[in-house]
Amino acid sequence: MSDQPSPSPSRRRLLMALPVVAAGGAGVAFWRMLSGMSSGTFNPHDINAPATGKAVPEFERLPDQDPGQGFSSAELRLQTSPVLVNFFASWCIPCIAEMQALLELRNTVPIWGIAYKDKPENASGFIRRAGNPYVKIASDRQGRVAIDWGVSGVPESFLIAPGGGIAWHSAGGLDNSAVRADLSATLKRLSA
Amino acid sequence: MRKPVLLLLAGLFFLPLTASAVDDPSEMLHDPKQEARAEAIGSRLRCLVCQNESIEDSSAGLARDLRRAVREHVAKGETDRQIMDWMVARYGNFIRLSPPFTIATALLWGMPLLALMIGLLSAVIMFRRRKSEAPAPLSEDEAARLDDLTSSGERH
Repeated sequence: MSDQPSPSPSRRRLLMALPVVAAGGAGVAFWRMLSGMSSGTFNPHDINAPATGKAVPEFERLPDQDPGQGFSSAELRLQTSPVLVNFFASWCIPCIAEMQALLELRNTVPIWGIAYKDKPENASGFIRRAGNPYVKIASDRQGRVAIDWGVSGVPESFLIAPGGGIAWHSAGGLDNSAVRADLSATLKRLSA
Repeated sequence: MRKPVLLLLAGLFFLPLTASAVDDPSEMLHDPKQEARAEAIGSRLRCLVCQNESIEDSSAGLARDLRRAVREHVAKGETDRQIMDWMVARYGNFIRLSPPFTIATALLWGMPLLALMIGLLSAVIMFRRRKSEAPAPLSEDEAARLDDLTSSGERH
C-alpha cells in the first residue's frame, strides 16, 4: 500500500530471503525423499507395522504347501538359530523379483515360506518355476495368520531370533540391496 | 423437463456417499445394530493397500479380510476400543484414519488453533499500529491542491 512507510533495508532483505530459504528447504527435503526412494532406504508404501521386537504371533500348525511342510508358531519358537519367514504368493510379481536374492540368502539363513492367499496348486507351480529357497512351506489360504503378523502385502519377510522374537522386518522385497544390507547387519548382531 | 434432470444429477452426486462399502451382502452381520457398529469402526480404519480409503470403501482383498475381522470381533461383543487396539497392535497407528494426539502429531492437531491465533494476533497488531499513527500534516502543495479541488467542487 502506498500510504505505508516502506520497510527498512534490512527488513526488506529478510522478507526477500524468506521465500527463497523456504523454497530451498523444501527442495532439499524433496531431494532427500526421492534419493531415499531410489536407493531403497525410504519406502513410501511401508506402513511401518510394529512387528519388530514382538514375539511371533501364536498360530496353529498351518497346512503343508507342496513341496514343503507346514509349521506352527511353536515350531518357530523352538529354533536355536535365526530363521527368515517369507510371505509370498504366486500372483505377486515382486515375489518373482526377490527370488534370486532368496536363493542366495538360503546359504546364510534358513528360510521358511508362507504362501499367502494362494491356491495350493498355483503356489507349488510358482515354486517349480521360480525356484525353491524354502526349508518349510506352509499355506495361509485365508490370509488370517498374515493379519496377526501385520502383513499388508506380499512379499514380506521377518527375521526370527532364537526363542521366537521378531528381530527384523521388511515390507519390501529382498531384491533391494539396502534391505539386504539391513538384514545381514541384524543377522550379524544376532550371531555376535 | 428440467426437474427430472436436476433430480437425476443430484442423485448421481449423492450416490457414492450412500453406496454400501461391502462388496458382498453375505459379509454383513445379521443384526443391523451390530452391522452399523462394524461399519462405523471400519470407516475409521485405513485400507493398507489403497492407503487413502477406509476398509469399508475399499474392495482390496486385505480390506475384505479386515472387514471380516472387525465383524467377528463385534459379534464377540468387544468394545470399539478393544477392536481399534487389536488393529493398532498389528498394523500400527497408520491404520487409524485419524491419528491419535501425541507429541509427534501435536502440530498437526494444533495447527487450526495455531493459525487462528496467529491471524488474530497479527490483526490486533495491525489495527493498533494504524490507530496510533497520526497522519502526517499536509505539505503546502497538498494543501493548495486540496483547496483547489474543494473550491472547484463548489462551483459546479
